[in-house]
Amino acid sequence: MQYRTEIKRVKGLGTAKHGFGHWWMQRLTAVLMLPLGLWFVFSLMSLPSLAPDAVIQWLQNSVPALLMMLWVVTVVYHATLGLQVIIEDYVHDKKTALTLLILLKFAMVIMIAMVVFSLFKLVL
Amino acid sequence: MSSSNRPTSPHLQVYKMPLSAKLSILHRLTGLALSFAAVILVFWLFALAYFSTTTSLAFYGFFSSVFGKILLILFTFAFFYHFCNGIRHLFWDIGKGFDLETVNKSGLFVVAAAVVLTAVVWIIGA
Repeated sequence: MQYRTEIKRVKGLGTAKHGFGHWWMQRLTAVLMLPLGLWFVFSLMSLPSLAPDAVIQWLQNSVPALLMMLWVVTVVYHATLGLQVIIEDYVHDKKTALTLLILLKFAMVIMIAMVVFSLFKLVL
Repeated sequence: MSSSNRPTSPHLQVYKMPLSAKLSILHRLTGLALSFAAVILVFWLFALAYFSTTTSLAFYGFFSSVFGKILLILFTFAFFYHFCNGIRHLFWDIGKGFDLETVNKSGLFVVAAAVVLTAVVWIIGA
């Protein structure tokens, strides 16, 4: 027996139906960042210096540049997912929240583009 | 309706938060801090690739200063805490370590591990 009407579907209430995708990508990026994060910390520690010349020389090699790209892109994506939840939790004004979420996604794309371009520039 | 001793929600101002709650907040705070660190990392790489050595040296100079070093140490702690507590979360996700005793133990362990790893990095790295 049906106790509920379909009004909730008509009004678009209820879940947005993509919560699982968000949760799953957050876990996948987390797992990917375990080896990459350790590599990142270990690499910075192993460098003779963090002065521009030393870092540029290191990132001119393909493997560190590729790993750095994977690391930063994954970090930026994971951070976007996390910041999205923080905005959704604490920003109660719908318009402000939507604006912040859109700006967040824009920032994510810009950050990823900056990293990819920078590392290709350093390698090539 | 007239019962006066019904349970009430935790009153946050007087509620003594258990360790798990405090660590949960710390996980979110360190995540927020690390997001800022990520932005700095992106701009650092961008400066190394596209800007003159002077601009890149500005980054280097700032993070060589006392304030910059303190910031880096805090970021290192945030990284290791978020890293270790993230692994704790992944164990919960596969349904392991959810009983109260294990939650408290793993919580203390994660904090200790983050402190030790931060110290190791800065003792060896410096």
